[in-house]
Amino acid sequence: MLELLDIHKHYGSLRANDGVTIAVERGSIHGILGENGAGKSTLMKVLAGFITADSGEIRLDGESLPTGSTKRSLESGVGLLHQDPLHCMPFSVLDNFMLGRPESFILDHSTAQAELNRLSDEFGFSLDPDVPVRTLTIGERQQLEIVRLLSLGIRVLILDEPTTAISAEQRTSLFATLRTLAGQGMIVLFVSHKLEEVDEICDRVSVLRLGRLVGEAELPVPTERLVEMMFGEMIVQSPRVTAEPGEPVIDLESISLHDRLVTLDDISVKVHTAEVVGLAGLEGSGQQTLLRVAAGLLSPARGSVRIGGETLTGRGYRRHLDAGVHYLPADRLGEGLVEGLTVKEHFALAGIEPQGFLLDWERASSEATARIEEFSVKGTVDSTPESLSGGNQQRLLLAMMPEKISLLVMEHPTRGLDIESAELVWTRLLARRSDRTAILFASADLDELLRYSDRIVVFFAGRILAVLDATETDSEAIGYLIGGKERV
Amino acid sequence: MDAVTIASIIAAATPLVYAALGETITEKAGIVNLSLDGTLLLSAMVAFATAQTTGSVLLGFAAAAGTSAIVAGIIAFSSIELKLNQIAVGFVLFLLAGDLSSLLGQSFVREPGPSVPPLNIAGLSDIPWFGKVFFSHNLSVYGSMVLIIVTYWYFYRTRAGLELQAVGERPEAAFARGIHVERLRYIYTFVGGAFVGIGGAAFSLDVKFGWSEGHVTNFGWIVLAIVIFGGWHPARAALGCYLFGALQVVALKLQPTFPSFTQVLGIMPFPVMIFMLVAINRPAFRSLGDRLGLFRRFLRAEAPGGLGTIFERG
Repeated sequence: MLELLDIHKHYGSLRANDGVTIAVERGSIHGILGENGAGKSTLMKVLAGFITADSGEIRLDGESLPTGSTKRSLESGVGLLHQDPLHCMPFSVLDNFMLGRPESFILDHSTAQAELNRLSDEFGFSLDPDVPVRTLTIGERQQLEIVRLLSLGIRVLILDEPTTAISAEQRTSLFATLRTLAGQGMIVLFVSHKLEEVDEICDRVSVLRLGRLVGEAELPVPTERLVEMMFGEMIVQSPRVTAEPGEPVIDLESISLHDRLVTLDDISVKVHTAEVVGLAGLEGSGQQTLLRVAAGLLSPARGSVRIGGETLTGRGYRRHLDAGVHYLPADRLGEGLVEGLTVKEHFALAGIEPQGFLLDWERASSEATARIEEFSVKGTVDSTPESLSGGNQQRLLLAMMPEKISLLVMEHPTRGLDIESAELVWTRLLARRSDRTAILFASADLDELLRYSDRIVVFFAGRILAVLDATETDSEAIGYLIGGKERV
Repeated sequence: MDAVTIASIIAAATPLVYAALGETITEKAGIVNLSLDGTLLLSAMVAFATAQTTGSVLLGFAAAAGTSAIVAGIIAFSSIELKLNQIAVGFVLFLLAGDLSSLLGQSFVREPGPSVPPLNIAGLSDIPWFGKVFFSHNLSVYGSMVLIIVTYWYFYRTRAGLELQAVGERPEAAFARGIHVERLRYIYTFVGGAFVGIGGAAFSLDVKFGWSEGHVTNFGWIVLAIVIFGGWHPARAALGCYLFGALQVVALKLQPTFPSFTQVLGIMPFPVMIFMLVAINRPAFRSLGDRLGLFRRFLRAEAPGGLGTIFERG
């Protein structure tokens, strides 16, 4: 039995974990549920030795576990599978498998490979030991991590949001693996903010909110009760809104382009005014590349880009901006905002009204004040973006959008945001749609694609596999399609 | 080319091989030692001064290795403990070490002193051609050859080498696997720094014997370039050093033919080297590597993912 006893972890005044106590039986899959910032990740990092708790104790089968050392946690049998598995991407699968294992000083590749193959076969994974890890999908990398952790003899497996970037087929396979492991007596901790998944796979769930344990339940339990525990209130999801699409705003025709890991092959997509088109697909299937073509950041090798009837192929980002295209990148802090510059300075740099050579700080300040109020960004005009939470960074980006845009291009608009923040973001986006703005976005969240898109374009390995009417499909069908398969 | 010319190329490149392998080791662990040009000067001076004072060439090499390891250690300490920028600290140390070598080396300028004695390897040096090229040098040169092989073997065949690469590639991944990121970064910065120092000693006690102000200036920068274009691969970096050695020897041989270009020929190897390195890093060359499975690692130039970054736990 695994026991977390009265775990406290503070970061300054923030109580990331405030006296959390959880007990998990052997051979069970235990859900750790909570919205972003609830303290799930902190708790799991404490358990896996990544950070030291301020106070509290962890016991496994009655024995106290060491804290604050990943090495000793692994030796005691606790392994953490990260959301984005921590691999050395250029290294081969086998090298990543061997790294950190108690190998002999002179590496014995063949013995390690036999071990890798044996464990892979046991769970029906197929992992090519010689290819670089960067060519693997997230799902395959998770399999590699699971196999690696098992070979270290772990007794507790922690999975942090494992289903974020994998296909439905890989998810089914992952869940089957977890059930097998639990059947063998393993303690599996399944960290998630997705209610349906916790409900599907877990035997029991602990719900965290603001660093505290707010409830526990044997599953299955009505979803409403879990939502209530997670948020402390009922959240009513806004009903689906539609608008009548008009003229085509952007017409991407037979786009072909080679970009790092993916080759776009003859892709054609049109988006009309007041239409929302969602791009589905596993990470790196080509949807991000297409978005960058639409935004003018990449020029296609072949094909044409027409915006508002004008051909803009290869005319660059600046020209696209002038044509009313606005791009919101997934990497908010890396590409969207400038670290170290205050909110006010952001508005001076790229505010609603362009500034002249000499900056009008008062205007920038009043613009910033009004906008962050309007978009309820929790921060001041003097905050820097890195001090804001992910949700507030996204709201700040939205607040900086110019008044008149004809096409909004977005990568993962709500990635890393909790349900409340995501709702707020989409309310704003859909308000733009009512002003006839066309929206083209990519997301890994199938429910988001289904709820907000009019049409869903499914990518697989640089090709369009299907174009679906969002009202006539479901997440399961898309889940199989993004893995390259029809529903079985 | 005759055996004597090739032998002289190998000898001329020896200090660079030590320095380039040392820097490759350090950078593989994720730390950039930008002070190389100053460190080479300082260690060359320390090596000569120590050997001249004590009469022991070996002590000269040891003192140079120690000095250079300490300079490298400052970079590791300021990056790991103080979270300072490695480039900035390295650059300051480059200036400091260079000036220090001028200041402390004043009384050793153009003085006589001991040098590495030649050592023909019995039996092997009599083999026609090969014996002349590879086995009629001194211990410093043999050591550099051994170091190439040992570094390659260590990087790609041992557990410690895999861990070293992981620490430089993605320290978070190494940490998650229970590897002591900070400790390894310290160790390999020290070890790499020590080899750079041995490179400096190989200049002042052998290849470019003696000491004068700015004795081996600019070689540190070319070594940094060789490490980068060598794709952080020990064999490729060594090859770069030999290429540069060849250019130096060619320039030297051309001097009697073009007496009025003596000055130009002296610096020609530097720009020519840069152009050659740029040429072999063309994408076409790299995609060749993808097609040739066996040499893939050799041909794919890739910086360690975590190079120059500061590692934060948790």
